Amino acid sequence: MQLVRHRLFWPLVALVALLVANTINTPSFMSVRVQDGHLFGALIDIMRNSAPLLLVALGMTLVIATRGIDLSVGAVVAISGAVALSFIGSSPNPEALSTVLVAVGIALALCFVLGVWNGFLVSVLGIQPIIATLVLMTAGRGIAMLITEGQITTITSPAYRVIGSGFWLGLPVSILIAGGIFALVAVLTRRTALGMLIEAVGINPEASRLAGVQSRSIVWTVYAMTGLFAGIAGLMISSNVMAADANNAGLFIELDAILAVVIGGTSLAGGKFSLGGTLIGAFIIQTLTLTVTILGISPSVTPLFKAIVVIAVVLMQAPVVRRTMASRRPQGPRPAAVESKPVEVAA
Amino acid sequence: MSADQLVRPGKTGVLGRVAGLAGGRGGLDRRFLPVVGTLVVFTLMLVGGGSRYENFLSGRVVSNLFINNSHLIVLAVGLTFVIITGGIDLSVGAVVALSGILGASLLQSGWPATVVIPLIIVVGSVLGLVVGVMIHVFDVQPFIATLAAMFLARGLSYVISLSSITITDPTIVWLSSTRIPLGETWSLTPSVIIALLVVAVGFYVLHHTRFGRTVYAIGGAEQSATLMGLPVARTKVLVYVISGTCAGIGGFLFAVGSRSGYSLTGVGMELDAIAAVVIGGTILTGGSGFVLGSVFGVLILGLIQTIITFEGTLSSWWTRIVIGALLLAFVILQRVLVVRRH
Repeated sequence: MQLVRHRLFWPLVALVALLVANTINTPSFMSVRVQDGHLFGALIDIMRNSAPLLLVALGMTLVIATRGIDLSVGAVVAISGAVALSFIGSSPNPEALSTVLVAVGIALALCFVLGVWNGFLVSVLGIQPIIATLVLMTAGRGIAMLITEGQITTITSPAYRVIGSGFWLGLPVSILIAGGIFALVAVLTRRTALGMLIEAVGINPEASRLAGVQSRSIVWTVYAMTGLFAGIAGLMISSNVMAADANNAGLFIELDAILAVVIGGTSLAGGKFSLGGTLIGAFIIQTLTLTVTILGISPSVTPLFKAIVVIAVVLMQAPVVRRTMASRRPQGPRPAAVESKPVEVAA
Repeated sequence: MSADQLVRPGKTGVLGRVAGLAGGRGGLDRRFLPVVGTLVVFTLMLVGGGSRYENFLSGRVVSNLFINNSHLIVLAVGLTFVIITGGIDLSVGAVVALSGILGASLLQSGWPATVVIPLIIVVGSVLGLVVGVMIHVFDVQPFIATLAAMFLARGLSYVISLSSITITDPTIVWLSSTRIPLGETWSLTPSVIIALLVVAVGFYVLHHTRFGRTVYAIGGAEQSATLMGLPVARTKVLVYVISGTCAGIGGFLFAVGSRSGYSLTGVGMELDAIAAVVIGGTILTGGSGFVLGSVFGVLILGLIQTIITFEGTLSSWWTRIVIGALLLAFVILQRVLVVRRH
């Protein structure tokens, strides 16, 4: 009973159900084999493909926890890849490690600045997050096109390829990067007061400001970090295909990221957030995408399945449904606990 | 638009104070300022374009502005209702694709146009109704509910067909090829007439009916509206039905314009429509905005495209950057001008 009421219970059930369905369909699904000292298998693919989404969703979780939203991450992904590849492509020595490092540095610095810009609009000018980030979402792809001069820039630098498809200690580098950043954010928000301050700002900005929380700098930081994470995701995506496509890189990743956050049980109304939930949400989306491909359905139909998952999850979390389910449960010796628990989870 | 039609309940005190502050502008109601900004930008663009390029202010260019954007005008009218209640509808672009491809495939399999046209519009209304129920009954945020509807509509249109379907139905061909000349250079198409009819109906419903005033009341303060006994639930569901219906009509107009249905049309169209509504002076937090403002918002987006085409040397991606910059300018203008709620 306690387990069923845990807020990660239903998302986990969905993920396990997807994995089980796949294993029944293809018995070799769960197997992970070692080839040339690297790990291979469908599970590793899922994790590797979720790395960029996980990074974007990580930033999105924090932004949503402060009652905000960041629609511009897809555009930032495109800009990041465009900047890095244009720099490497036009440098005299595109193969050198130093060129790649400088390119990565410039791209990430620019993405950080874009995040700071979003944060400035939201926290200093007080513009509604959805519209403040819509500005960059609209203009961002134009900027990326400007950087790549309307072309799809391609490069062959092996050092750059490592970010998206390299291996280190048998594991894909992108998983290690995303996992490392996830762990860092988890420690920063859960082992220090930062997480609580972010939730406080999300639950009541005015009250937390009066209580001495520097809501403005917290909100600003959160948007800046989201820009930076989206930039790293952009490097991964562009390195995976070794091309910067200003129109299609990271297309709809903002929606997938918001989906991952919502599936993970973080409310769009701000406040309590769950990084573990976001992790599961990102895996669910990626597993779903892979399942559709494995089942031989056209990948274009994936949105339909995503729609079904979102509708199912948000309806499960809807207060009306929760109340109905709670009242249907047999009333135990402590009816008060049964009554109050779902409400707390819903908030 | 007469000012007395639009006074929101419970705001008279604030508005009175603001009118005093805005005294320098000859007593102009502050709610009109964003729309005045829209008109100023529109006029400046027309004058600037006209003085810079020959033939810019011709009837052909202005007619094309309406002809090419008739679907977007309809979408923007629907979105205006939703945004005034403080909601958002991300599904309109996908619904345009769905109703277009559904119509094209039904026509291909021999259904008569007289059945197909109402049907594809009703599909939009039904999706809007589903969204409205999700938002009102299940308390799902508008953003997420319409996001789900967007995925649903896009997925369904992929299920119907992945490739573009050409429409050969005589009714649609007639609708798309007819030009009604007005004077020497001006012309109209049936699509433009339909779009203008939608604008007229939207204008009447929003500014001259009880329903329209409830829409403003919800956007101004939902709780107060409920306490006043206004039909908040019904209105909140209905605005999404209106937006869905407009998206269905928009999909029909788009299919007529391109004489085909394609599941990839309208990607990002919802953003253009939202940008048009915001540039047209509607406040995204709700409670304030005008149907005609949104129409001018669409025309401004169209003018940006026209100017960039006339300029010749500028690449097409400048369109997006200019729209973004304009959006920013209007958002900041709104922020500076708009009555503070708290």
